[in-house]
Amino acid sequence: MGAGHAHPLYRAGDSVVHRLPAHVKIVVAFVFVLAVVATPREAFAVFGLQFLLLVGVWTVARIPPGWLAARALIEAPFVVLAVLLPFFATGPRVEWMGMSLAVDGLLAGWNILVKGTLGVLVSVTLAATTPLRDLVSGLSRLRVPSMVCVIATLMLRYLEVIAAEARRMRLARVSRGHDPRFVWQLGATVRSVGALFLRSYERGERVHLAMLSRGYTGTMPAFTTASASTATWSVALVPAVAAALLAMSGYWAW
Amino acid sequence: MTVPSLEVSGLAFAYPDGHQALFGVDLRIERGERVALLGPNGAGKTTLVLHLNGVHRAGAGTVRVGGMEVTREHVQEIRRRVGIVFQDPDDQLFMPTVADDVAFGPANFGVTEPELALRVKEALEAVGVAELADRSPMHLSGGQRRRAALATVLACDPEILVLDEPSTHLDPVARRELAEVLLGLDRTMLMVTHDLPYALQLCPRSVVIDGGVVVADAPTRDLLADADFLRAHRLELPFGFALD
Repeated sequence: MGAGHAHPLYRAGDSVVHRLPAHVKIVVAFVFVLAVVATPREAFAVFGLQFLLLVGVWTVARIPPGWLAARALIEAPFVVLAVLLPFFATGPRVEWMGMSLAVDGLLAGWNILVKGTLGVLVSVTLAATTPLRDLVSGLSRLRVPSMVCVIATLMLRYLEVIAAEARRMRLARVSRGHDPRFVWQLGATVRSVGALFLRSYERGERVHLAMLSRGYTGTMPAFTTASASTATWSVALVPAVAAALLAMSGYWAW
Repeated sequence: MTVPSLEVSGLAFAYPDGHQALFGVDLRIERGERVALLGPNGAGKTTLVLHLNGVHRAGAGTVRVGGMEVTREHVQEIRRRVGIVFQDPDDQLFMPTVADDVAFGPANFGVTEPELALRVKEALEAVGVAELADRSPMHLSGGQRRRAALATVLACDPEILVLDEPSTHLDPVARRELAEVLLGLDRTMLMVTHDLPYALQLCPRSVVIDGGVVVADAPTRDLLADADFLRAHRLELPFGFALD
C-alpha cells in the first residue's frame, strides 16, 4: 500500500470489505446510518443487533475493536451533552442512586449516545477500509457534483502542505523567543494565521495556473473507477438492508 | 525552412494596473534547441513565459508555437504544445498520487485509456521515477517531486518544455540528477534560471532579458565570460567561478 493512501483513519488490509468499490461502501454506510437514525429510541435491542452487524463487518475486515475504539473517541464532546441531558431536561423524573433524573432527558441522552456512537463507528469503519482517493472517486461515481470532488481532492492534498507551512512559521516565531503561553503574545499567532491565509490564497492561484497550463478547463478528467456488479451490490448491501429491517421491526415491536 | 518550435515577435504587454512588463520581445527557438532565459528579478521572464501558453494575451506582437499562433481559439492546443514546469512542485502536483497527476494533463487533452496509462508509464520512466507512481507527492523528496512535476508535463508530449527555475531547493546530487534527466530528454527546452552554471551545463544558447526587452542572445559560454555585461544586468556567477 503506497504512502499516498495513508491517513490516520485508514487501516491497510486485503479483506472483502477493503476490496469493495468505494462507491458501494459509501452507499452501504449511508443506508446503515439512515437506518440507525430512523430506529425508535426505545427499541434498545435493535441497537444491540445493529451493533452486532457492525461487529460482523469488523470481523470480516479484520479490524481490532481496540483500534476502532481509539478512533471513535472523536465522539467524546457529544457524549458530554448526552450525559447532561437527564439532569437538565424537564418532565417526569425518576430516582436513581439518589439522583433525580428526567425520563425524557434520559431517553434523549440515550438517543444521542447510541445513534452517535453507531454513526461514528460506521464512518470509522468506512474510513478504515477505504483509502482517501478512493473515497473521492467513489463520491464522483455517485454523481456528487464534480466541483465538490475537486475541492475535496485539493483539500486532501494541500491540508498537509499548509500544515507544514504553519509548522515552519511557528518554528520561526518560537526561535525568536515567542512563547505563546502568555495572552499578550497571542497577537503574533493571530497575525501569522492571517499570513498563512494569504500564502494559501496565493498558492491556490499558482495551483490553478499550473492546472490551466495542463489544459484544465473547469472539469476534472473522468478517471475510470471499478464498477460494481449486481452480485457485489447484493452482498455488500446485506448489513445495510439488515439494519434497515431491524429499524422497521423497532416500530412494530415497541 | 523548418517551422521553429517557438517564435515570438514584437511581443509587448502591460499588466492591467498599467505596469508595462514587456517592450517588444523577439525570440526564435528552433526545434531541439535548449535555451536558457536569464535576467534579474523583475526583468519580465515570468511574464514572457505566461505568454507562451496563453495565460497572458499579447498587448502587441505575436507568439507562435510550432507554427500555431497563440489565440483564444487555439489555447487548448497551445497548452498541450507548451509544457510549463513551475518553480514549486507543490503547486504542480495536486492529485492524491503521482500517477493521477501525470495522467491529469493528457486526460484533459483528450487522451483516453489504454493510451493514457502508457503515457503515464513512459513519462515516469523518462524521468526515472516509475516506482513512485502510486505514492503521494506529499511524501517525496525535493528531487523526486521535481522529476514528478517534469513527468506531468512530459506526459502531454509538448513541442517545447519550459522550466521555471528547475534547480531551486535541490541538493547538489538531485540537481545533477535532474540535469542528467533533462539532457537525456532530447526535447526543445526553454529554461528560466538564475543558476548560471546550470544554464551553462544544460543550454548551449542563452537569451538575456532585462527591462522587458532582449538585451543579449548568444552562446551561453560567451555571455558568462563577459563580466562587464553580466554586471550591467545584475547577473553574477557564484563565488569561485570564472570563465574566460
